[in-house]
Amino acid sequence: MTPALVVASMSFQGLASHAIELAYLIATGLFVLSLHWMGDPKTARRGVYAGAGGMAVAVLATWARPEVAKHLWVLLPILAAIVPGIWLAKVPLTAVPQRTALSHAFGGLAAGLVGSAKFFYWLHHQPEMLTAFRTGAIVVEVLLGFLTFTGSIIAAAKLQEVKWLPQRPWVYKGQNVVNLIAFGVAAVLGVLIACFPHAAWAPWAFGALIFLSLNFGWMLVMPIGGADMPTVIAILNAYAGLAAVAMGFVLDNKLLITAGALDGSSGLILSIIMCKAMNRSFFNVLFGAFGQVQAKAAGGEQKDYKPDTAENAAAILAEASLVVIVPGYGMAVAQAQHKVRELYDQLRKRGITVKFAIHPVAGRMPGHMNVLLAEAEIPYTDLVEMDEINTDMSQCDVCLVLGANDVVNPAARSDTKSPIFGMPIIDADKARTVFAVKRSKSPGFAGIDNELYFLDKTWMLFGDAKAVVGDLVKHLAPQSGH
Amino acid sequence: MDQTQDMQASDTPAGPGVAGQPVDVPAHGEGNLDLVGMLFVFMLATFIGIGVIRRVSRLLHTPLMSLTNAISAIAVVGAIIVSGGEEYPLVIRVMGAVALFASMTNIISGFMITDRMLRMFKEQRGRAGEGGGR
Repeated sequence: MTPALVVASMSFQGLASHAIELAYLIATGLFVLSLHWMGDPKTARRGVYAGAGGMAVAVLATWARPEVAKHLWVLLPILAAIVPGIWLAKVPLTAVPQRTALSHAFGGLAAGLVGSAKFFYWLHHQPEMLTAFRTGAIVVEVLLGFLTFTGSIIAAAKLQEVKWLPQRPWVYKGQNVVNLIAFGVAAVLGVLIACFPHAAWAPWAFGALIFLSLNFGWMLVMPIGGADMPTVIAILNAYAGLAAVAMGFVLDNKLLITAGALDGSSGLILSIIMCKAMNRSFFNVLFGAFGQVQAKAAGGEQKDYKPDTAENAAAILAEASLVVIVPGYGMAVAQAQHKVRELYDQLRKRGITVKFAIHPVAGRMPGHMNVLLAEAEIPYTDLVEMDEINTDMSQCDVCLVLGANDVVNPAARSDTKSPIFGMPIIDADKARTVFAVKRSKSPGFAGIDNELYFLDKTWMLFGDAKAVVGDLVKHLAPQSGH
Repeated sequence: MDQTQDMQASDTPAGPGVAGQPVDVPAHGEGNLDLVGMLFVFMLATFIGIGVIRRVSRLLHTPLMSLTNAISAIAVVGAIIVSGGEEYPLVIRVMGAVALFASMTNIISGFMITDRMLRMFKEQRGRAGEGGGR
């Protein structure tokens, strides 16, 4: 090439790379705006469009990079993703927690694969690129990516309640020791790879690191029970974000760093909220194997439930002026949200105020109950957060506990020996009358007895949440019709 | 040969205006300079993220999670570079293609399901007949 041509090609490349950097800047701005608009239900949909716009800009700008020349290799995977992408967006809303876990798995897989691909490529073709810092970033990316991948798959399988996986926490003696030793080995390997990326053993060490990371994921999530899933999902969300940040450090890409950091901080905040709502620490969630030992110990005295009929319950509901409904996972499992809306309508027709008390960890992921009730077209202004509703509970005539358990267990306030002691709860026991809808007489997911069910003012309605609420509606409907 | 060198130059950390620089610039010094810049970006983005997300109402935590999920599929950038990059051997490229498929699935499903959920959040129930989104 003549010098003039070299200069021309360089300036063209400079221009192109400037345009791409600028596009990345715009995408970053759109992502921040997207999350900002997400703050309010009124502007939230605009937030989705901003995010999707930012992502489109980022994809197109990357595709336009001069080194991306094999266009078919870009086009085909994108086309292949359309059908599963749309399918995963159409799942019933009760399956949203497992869909979310599955998408964390995909995110982790992508990060892990790109990190490994870059490592092996650079190792064989451009070893000088593997500086200690960049290799360290690759190690973090691969570790977090593959850990998130298998961990999220296990989380999704648990949430889907697949048969081959036990629902109860899976624990054995010395589990934490095994996990810690494995983690220590991986950490040492990671440091060694980062320090000596060009050693003859480095590729083997890297392979071992991938193997260990893949195993960590399931080792960490298997001992965690269903009730802790909201926290686990939030933590995996943070991991997926941090893996993207690490990828940004590997590829010198600020867009990856910002978008990953936004995702990471979101996961962090959500997990903090979840942990606070259960009065537990991260450490305790990850290594505590919640409710395993205590469940056995609590099986002492046998108390009797007082069952009641839907007819009686409907009569009492009809006399109330304030009804508070506490939904829980049982409502999601039974897909009862539409029946609940009918109940809400019937009660409202009689001039009764109906509020929904939403505990932060009700359900299997943050905000799970809100989405289900919104699907049933219950206005979000009637979905009240725990702290707010608790001030009104003494005025509440009837509290209807719908498939919730631990979040209304008064033991959290009084019984220092209870595993959920200190967890903030919805004060259902302060209502004048309590009806609890329960699938069976067995204790809840955490395996703890609930004193609320044995209070003098509490009556049990046994059965599937959808059927019971349907009965209540039936008994309420005729009188109002005529 | 020339081409790989250009590739390398655009791959090495390049501040504004130095893209396409000759390759004999030591990668280390440059890398360190940009390392600090990247840490700045990381720190500031984390603070912005925490500030913005703390204000998101608990009502919207599920859609928030699916939205950030879609945004974290920004790993698509790295996947496109590896999958479509000219210089990569087949095995590496297949890894990139799988990563691209995975992140693209997240992008499509993430934004779509977030929008689907948000459409359901209404202040008041739509009057009979106009039932909102349907």
